[in-house]
Amino acid sequence: MMGKDMGERTGMNWPAVRAIYLFEMGRFWRTAGQSILAPVISTTLYFVVFGAAIGSRVSAVDGVPYGLFIVPGLIMLSLLTQSIANASFGIYFPRFAGTIYEILSAPISPLEVVLGYVGAAASKSILIGLIILATSALFVPLRIDHPVWMLAFLLLTAVTFSLFGFIIGLWADGFEKLQLVPLLVVTPLTFLGGSFYAVSMLPPFWHTVSLLNPVVYLISGFRWAFFGTADVGIGVSLAMTGLFLAICLGLVTYIFRTGYRLKS
Amino acid sequence: MPIISIANLSKTYATGFSALSGVDLAIERGEIFALLGPNGAGKSTLINIVCGIVTPSSGTVTVDGHDIAGNYRAARRAIGLVPQELTTDAFETVWNTVSFSRGLFGLKADPGHIERTLRALSLWDKRDNRLMTLSGGMKRRVLIAKALSHEPRVLFLDEPTAGVDVELRQDMWRLVRDLRGQGVTVILTTHYIEEAEEMADRIGVIRSGRIILVEEKAALMRKLGRKRLTLHLQTPLDALPDDLAGFDLDLAAGGQELVYTYDTKAERTGITGLLTGLSAAGIRFNDLHTEQSSLEDIFVGLVREEARAAE
Ligand SMILES: Nc1ncnc2c1ncn2[C@@H]1O[C@H](COP(=O)(O)OP(=O)(O)O)[C@@H](O)[C@H]1O
Ligand SMILES: [Mg+2]
Repeated sequence: MMGKDMGERTGMNWPAVRAIYLFEMGRFWRTAGQSILAPVISTTLYFVVFGAAIGSRVSAVDGVPYGLFIVPGLIMLSLLTQSIANASFGIYFPRFAGTIYEILSAPISPLEVVLGYVGAAASKSILIGLIILATSALFVPLRIDHPVWMLAFLLLTAVTFSLFGFIIGLWADGFEKLQLVPLLVVTPLTFLGGSFYAVSMLPPFWHTVSLLNPVVYLISGFRWAFFGTADVGIGVSLAMTGLFLAICLGLVTYIFRTGYRLKS
Repeated sequence: MPIISIANLSKTYATGFSALSGVDLAIERGEIFALLGPNGAGKSTLINIVCGIVTPSSGTVTVDGHDIAGNYRAARRAIGLVPQELTTDAFETVWNTVSFSRGLFGLKADPGHIERTLRALSLWDKRDNRLMTLSGGMKRRVLIAKALSHEPRVLFLDEPTAGVDVELRQDMWRLVRDLRGQGVTVILTTHYIEEAEEMADRIGVIRSGRIILVEEKAALMRKLGRKRLTLHLQTPLDALPDDLAGFDLDLAAGGQELVYTYDTKAERTGITGLLTGLSAAGIRFNDLHTEQSSLEDIFVGLVREEARAAE
């Protein structure tokens, strides 16, 4: 009673990628109200607090009205935190609950596992990013100079940080650790990375320090896609994002090769 | 060719604990094989290595000729696993979780097959229920359905009846026999001897990470057919009288007891002859009883021998 083989010809187990992807997306749709409402509310709050309160003092940055200026940073902030949260939880939970046995005993390659989990996590955060963009449009007249680049950065960042989250989810051996990296590293780096200001506005010393922060390059590149202005060159932004993506890919490959934290 | 060949398989966990040492085992195509052993013997470790959940420290395993490391896709596609722990995704429905498993194994959706599997496991009425609403026994059924979702040629059941009600146990045995009828090889682990006895074609006994016996159940049952007659003597004996050398006799309890082992299925048990011989030798006894040696005895005996050998 052998089943019909699929993927034998292509060498890839696509039904498995699809199954994992849809399973992960299922969680998002199950809590769709929450998944969609939360970013809408937080975006609104940011606009009220930053846009209205601060924006009335800071009139424009690089010729862009402050309320509009913070849109790319807001999206990036959510993109990073959501990508990491979704991907780390996605793989950590089956490890914690024991249901990972099924993934480990199925004819799935590491690449397929990553495609399923990271693909779903990235999709979710891109959706949230787009929801924030749409919500922003209610508060400020949007302006996107390079829409294709905007989407490219959105995709690249979502994938990169979902991979990063996936690594955290593999590494964590408790819920505290799952929260630790986002809380202690990513959120501060994002806030200090120019989500709500241009790093060029900082005094020279802090400006130099900021350039050590990888998130600066993401936000700068993303902002360039919106307004055509940037703290650092678009090429540098792309290169840094690509570098971080490569590092994450390397780490994931290493993890699967050694079975680290997945198999005893 | 056996459907599963295990050669010189060892596993030392990161803790330094050696859970398997040099296991050799061949599972024949289409048989029901019971791996019998006490808790901590290494049953789950062995299964988890074959299924790809635990990495072996050394040794090789092939499934239907495919190496589990070198050709893991082909090896794993042949296998369905029902794990020992009841782990399920709380929010999924029965139907979705079983369909998900089929997808993981690279197969196209086949609602007909899923329906037959769910019906065979009395899960059809529960197909839209979320897993968290199900009882433990129902969850176990779901795990079996998941393992069968991709039509495996080999089914592993790791302690399938631990904490399971009678009804499910019977359903499960019916299912296992049906599967064998379709040519599926079934390997189950248990620490209940009756379970191995009831279900298996062959039985392997594992202890402390070593396989200490593999035998056809029928051969084991022949050993089971033996009985022991114990005579409580009036006066202890130092040695067996030469006249009784023809009987399978042992002295026990410091010469207080005389134990005679015989085959209940033989034409002559030899009991009459023994009693005549005893009275001729002037040996008197004041009580007697007989007992059947069970798989349990054999098992306990083996385990003791093994422990003694290890000292
Ligand atoms: N991940 C692990 N790390 C360390 N020791 C383990 C691990 N898993 C199992 N063991 C040990 O290996 C031995 C065999 O376990 P197991 O294969 O589960 O036995 P069984 O299934 O026969 O009860 C046990 O002593 C157990 O404590
Ligand atoms: Mg076990």
